Amino acid sequence: MTTQAQAQTVFQEAAVHNLEKATKKVRGRRPRPAGSRTSFTLFLCIVPFLILAFVFSYLPLYGWIYSLYDYKPALGLEGSEFVGLQWFQMLVSSPTQMAQISQVMMNTLAISFLGIATSVLPLFFAILLNEIKAPWFRNSVQTLTALPNFISWVLVYMIAFSLFSSSGLVNDVLNDAGLITAPIKFLDSDQNVWLTMTLWSIWKGLGWGAIIYLASIAGIDQSLYESARIDGAGRFQLMRYITIPQLMPTYLVLLLLSIANILNNGMEQYYVFQNAFNKEWIQVLDLYVYNIGMTGNSLSLATAVGMLKSLISVALLLTVNAVSKRVRGESIV
Amino acid sequence: MTTTMTKTLTTAKKGDTSARYRSSPGDIIFRLLNYALFFLFALICAYPFYYLIINSVSANDLSALGDVRLWPVGFHLSNYGQVFQLQGLPMATVVSIGRTVIGTALTVLASAFLGFMFTQTRMWGRKFWYRFLIITMYFSAGLIPVFIIMKTLGLTNNFWVYVLPFVVQPFNVILAKTYVESMPRELQEAAEVDGANILQVFFRVYLPNMTPILATIAIFSAVTQWNSFQDTLIYITDQSLYTLQYLLYVFINQASSLAQAAQNAGGDLGQIAGLATEQTPTSIRMTVSVLVVLPIMFVYPLFQRFFVKGIMLGAVKG
Repeated sequence: MTTQAQAQTVFQEAAVHNLEKATKKVRGRRPRPAGSRTSFTLFLCIVPFLILAFVFSYLPLYGWIYSLYDYKPALGLEGSEFVGLQWFQMLVSSPTQMAQISQVMMNTLAISFLGIATSVLPLFFAILLNEIKAPWFRNSVQTLTALPNFISWVLVYMIAFSLFSSSGLVNDVLNDAGLITAPIKFLDSDQNVWLTMTLWSIWKGLGWGAIIYLASIAGIDQSLYESARIDGAGRFQLMRYITIPQLMPTYLVLLLLSIANILNNGMEQYYVFQNAFNKEWIQVLDLYVYNIGMTGNSLSLATAVGMLKSLISVALLLTVNAVSKRVRGESIV
Repeated sequence: MTTTMTKTLTTAKKGDTSARYRSSPGDIIFRLLNYALFFLFALICAYPFYYLIINSVSANDLSALGDVRLWPVGFHLSNYGQVFQLQGLPMATVVSIGRTVIGTALTVLASAFLGFMFTQTRMWGRKFWYRFLIITMYFSAGLIPVFIIMKTLGLTNNFWVYVLPFVVQPFNVILAKTYVESMPRELQEAAEVDGANILQVFFRVYLPNMTPILATIAIFSAVTQWNSFQDTLIYITDQSLYTLQYLLYVFINQASSLAQAAQNAGGDLGQIAGLATEQTPTSIRMTVSVLVVLPIMFVYPLFQRFFVKGIMLGAVKG
């Protein structure tokens, strides 16, 4: 509270200072009539940025028509054959395609569900870390555990590679200790791919994910704890009856958002970890679109799959938003 | 009884859920387990970084065998000099730094400006255009249509593909707008009475006072730019536009060409320096990794507290 007040004062002083500087410079000029700053002039100032947003977010939507063609980049859209809904039909009619897309959907949903199931971990991380009293230990833990969040997936893969490859540190140590005779294939194996991917996500995201809960805990009204303590509540009762309920709104918002994003796992993590051995189980929807579109050159099919994914995601988001409005009286988007 | 209770209450600080209890055995065990748990997790998070660093400065023949585990063995720094003789690495460093600096500057400026402009209630169609921007947060046309647009615009194999799509970021605009709304309205009115136009109001009065939120946006944007890998993968085939992240990925996956690169680079220097400092695929990977992660390790702890506040500030209203 005091720091906030201090910041406020500092900020106001700075503001006044800058205001004086600014007015000094323009003072002496003839004040313009108020009408010259029309509302349309203001709009013109932001037009360049609106154009950028339009080009990179709205214009690509036009590209959805590629899903109706047999698009060949060399021929252009005019030269490509119009095939109507053929790609969409193909997704469900051909058994091999159907089998492939089911596997991809299964991977996508499984990894997303594991992510959602482990989304309570940051909450418990924050609650337990809050029980640690030594400030130096708390701060070091917070800094060190949030660090992996700030590195790229490529570097995560580099770390995985140097620690878990057949000649990596972990296999070396296990071998030296006589626990194994042949190296364990942590990376080049189709075993437990969903689980290992989830574990890497946890390693990367847990410390950072806890920060929002730590901030919320700091914001909980202290009189709640005081009155509970007077009523004789112990450490665990305080956690259970005060901290957790107080964090629930934050948790629910994040949970709903992750449900809305259930098809969007992104592709970077899975792209860097994919190899010939784990490909079947690691290919999530985003990676699949990349693999068939960019390397397989089925641009139209990839567009069709990506389009369905986007539509379902937006529908999910709207649903989740409506549910949130009804249940909590608050919308999340 | 009463005295201990008042003592308990007065010692309770903000965020302190436990105050001081009589230490029951259960409490002590809980505390020990708690400390042990966090010690272990912090170790798991930190050791890989330490491992990369000690291996990049250890004797290369030992690091290739995985024999460097706890501290540097045969300390030398020649890897850092030699790795820059690898083909493409100096250029990749320039590209990575370039996109981070230019991209961050543009993002910060655009976010601040848009955040400020969207508080101007007089603006024509303000609510509509604000929604127009925010909506882009929630949908994407998909990889392929975006790729085709980039190609049509001539942005494939073009440095600007690293920068332009990142300039307008709805979330950053929300953060900046929320911040401007917390500033006193009178600032603008006073400046306008003195004849300042809208750009003067922004650049001379508002921008200098937005530092906390600008720093937050800057650090997030810089980390994203520095770490970005996917755009190189999708839009770039020209090797002179590779970023450090992409080059690292190439190095991890192409052991044979890397061994070749190591021999070429070590050819003149390596032989003089002897076996221990001759480049190996492992030493190259470790050294490039450290180069990639070092800027973040320096910047991040300095800013941590700062941007946690920043994100809370903007997220509250979202």
